[in-house]
Amino acid sequence: MSAAFAQPFAPLLAQPLPSAMFALEVPYWVSSAIKLGLVALIIPTAALVLGYVFLLKMMSFMQSRLGPMEAGPYGTLQLLADGIKFLQKEDIFPEKADRTVFALAPLVVLISTFLIYVVIPAGPNAVVAQLDVGIFYALAVSSLSVVGILMAGWASSNKYALVGGLRAAGQLIAYELPLVLAVMGVVIQAGTLDLQKIVTAQAQGEIFGWDGIGNPFILTQFVGFFIFLVAVQAELTQPPFDMPVAESEIVGGYQVEYTGFRFLFFFMGEFGTAFAFAALAAVMFLGGWALPWGDITHWGFNIAGPVILLVKVLAVATLIFWFRFTYPRLREDQLQRLAWKFLIPLALANIVVTGIFKVVF
Amino acid sequence: MNQAQAPALDVDKRRQSAYVATQAADARLNLEIETDGMTLNIGPQHPATHGTLRLVARLDGEQVVEAEPIMGYMHRGYEKLTEVRTYPQVTTLINRIDWLGSFANEVPFILAAEKLMEVEAPPRAVWIRTVLFELSRIANISLFLGDMAVQLGALTPVFMAFRDREFVLNQIEAVTGGRFHPNFNRIGGLKDDLPKGWIENTKAVMGRMRDFCDEFDELVLGNEIFQARCRGIGIIPADVGLAYGLSGANIRASGVDWDLRRDGSEALAYDQADWKVWTHPDGDSFARYWVRLQETREATKIVDQLLDGLPAGSIMAKVPRIIKVPAGEAYSATENPLGEMGYYIVSKGDLVPFRVKIRSASFSNMSISPWLLKGVFVPDIVTILASLYFILGDIDR
Repeated sequence: MSAAFAQPFAPLLAQPLPSAMFALEVPYWVSSAIKLGLVALIIPTAALVLGYVFLLKMMSFMQSRLGPMEAGPYGTLQLLADGIKFLQKEDIFPEKADRTVFALAPLVVLISTFLIYVVIPAGPNAVVAQLDVGIFYALAVSSLSVVGILMAGWASSNKYALVGGLRAAGQLIAYELPLVLAVMGVVIQAGTLDLQKIVTAQAQGEIFGWDGIGNPFILTQFVGFFIFLVAVQAELTQPPFDMPVAESEIVGGYQVEYTGFRFLFFFMGEFGTAFAFAALAAVMFLGGWALPWGDITHWGFNIAGPVILLVKVLAVATLIFWFRFTYPRLREDQLQRLAWKFLIPLALANIVVTGIFKVVF
Repeated sequence: MNQAQAPALDVDKRRQSAYVATQAADARLNLEIETDGMTLNIGPQHPATHGTLRLVARLDGEQVVEAEPIMGYMHRGYEKLTEVRTYPQVTTLINRIDWLGSFANEVPFILAAEKLMEVEAPPRAVWIRTVLFELSRIANISLFLGDMAVQLGALTPVFMAFRDREFVLNQIEAVTGGRFHPNFNRIGGLKDDLPKGWIENTKAVMGRMRDFCDEFDELVLGNEIFQARCRGIGIIPADVGLAYGLSGANIRASGVDWDLRRDGSEALAYDQADWKVWTHPDGDSFARYWVRLQETREATKIVDQLLDGLPAGSIMAKVPRIIKVPAGEAYSATENPLGEMGYYIVSKGDLVPFRVKIRSASFSNMSISPWLLKGVFVPDIVTILASLYFILGDIDR
């Protein structure tokens, strides 16, 4: 913002944010409820946006077809129509299913997604909870989803579901490690686990004394970014790592017995998690909500930040879904070999190199 | 624990009962943990069996101990039905055996009937027959090229296969009037001549199909994951393949140089074109895909060459209006998209055949699956089934 333009607003802008915008003293439970409601609103929206932009449109264009064109302009309302259709479906429990576990499983998956959003910062103050161990927390709760998937696989009393659930468990545990190790490089460089401070470190950083574009960690941690993307692909059980839901082999794996809104929960969980991981990647490697120019403590970033973050998230999500629509599926043993023999050693080497650079410079 | 204060007898009793309880629990635990393997029922409704094939697999973890294909869920009794249909009516029926390359199904039957009647189709009809035969081969195999990638998890290639296959189907439709079930062969020739401008259009389409083959060469065969999934999976040694009666690309991928188009004695125009029978020494899933891709490219060349030298003349020999096939037996087999397909006709001199035995390729090709699936992993079942390339109608008839 130029100085001349900002002149008339100087008194207003000079005020620190909480007193300027949130001067209202609200009880703790009200603010908590507002924040929870916001997160609960963001997850379906994020799932819809990703589902429409990538699953329906980008995939169709890559496959030389148009995708849905009838519901709404350019088929924008197709997913809403699908969602309404799902709600109308009969809620079927398999005869021998463990009913309680079967009913709870999609909720567990969705809750794990829900919890990741809590720490993702979208502006200097636009964050539900700023934790000192933000990234650690995000990765920890993201792996909760494996519990839900195992529950779904076991409770369905279906052999395909069981094979799928066990495959998912093996895969998600194997890929937790490269995921965490890939993040370590960023944490070493920023010197903090706090996602908000990681954003600040990138915006205020400099490359060998030149601070033109800050220091987005993708420039130094490109190996970490690569490992993170591969591991995220496995975490999301997307091709080339979609064995847990492999449709041509085990017919949807742990989702095979689910119908109606429970299936919708799995769908929202999948795309909601994709959005969350893309947001984590954007925050850690692409500078998050901040731009490297200007004063990042400015309250305007609370409005502009989410938009900037969304652009970066869509950029990362493009990569994630590009892989998804391009590659065939690996086999389960090949996937494990890739994780243990290639990604983890590479991530460890990356940590060592990052550590050396951190000490030397 | 304050056992010292308890009466001695009590302790003993308690110990005894605890011992018994532990033993019982252990026994129960052993019984529960003892893994007996799992029987996984793949099909009849399963995407990998594209149709209604059922595969009963006994698994140990993800490894297949033994697998048995159970066929017959789509049995339509064509052999019996032919006995109550006149010879021209039979072609309508047998179109539906291998529904992706239906024109190719008609040819061996017609050839066998012509053999019995001692009728010879005029050269132009034979050439056009051969051209349409190859077009249906392209239409059939191009779908395999996309479908195998889908089975391995890549969604995009099948759309490209459907996109380009459409042009071939359009050409078949332009001649025969039917996209899927042409019913165009007659005993003694063909129903109609080629429409105007068809030859130029077909040549353009063949050029497009060659581009399609080049595209798939890079997109699918060149993909590292595809290679990792296919190389060394489902290896068929040549002698085992021959013992199981495999034919077509499946046996050529095991290094057996056998192609009825070249080695058969049937009256088709393949000797008029310059083409090559491709074989591959490996015999694995990758080799089967590779051979089929090369064959599609070869087929476009055959079509191009035959269209260049298409002889003029009539397309129908002189045959009686009401077709009665003289008594006798005849067998005729051609190299269909899926492998060797043959019809053995027994005639008693009636309007209808006395008995028809259909030798379809997929039935023999599938019979090797119990041998092939022993010891593979569950994902490899899909790879192997897809690479064997069966069509359910061709298995069950």
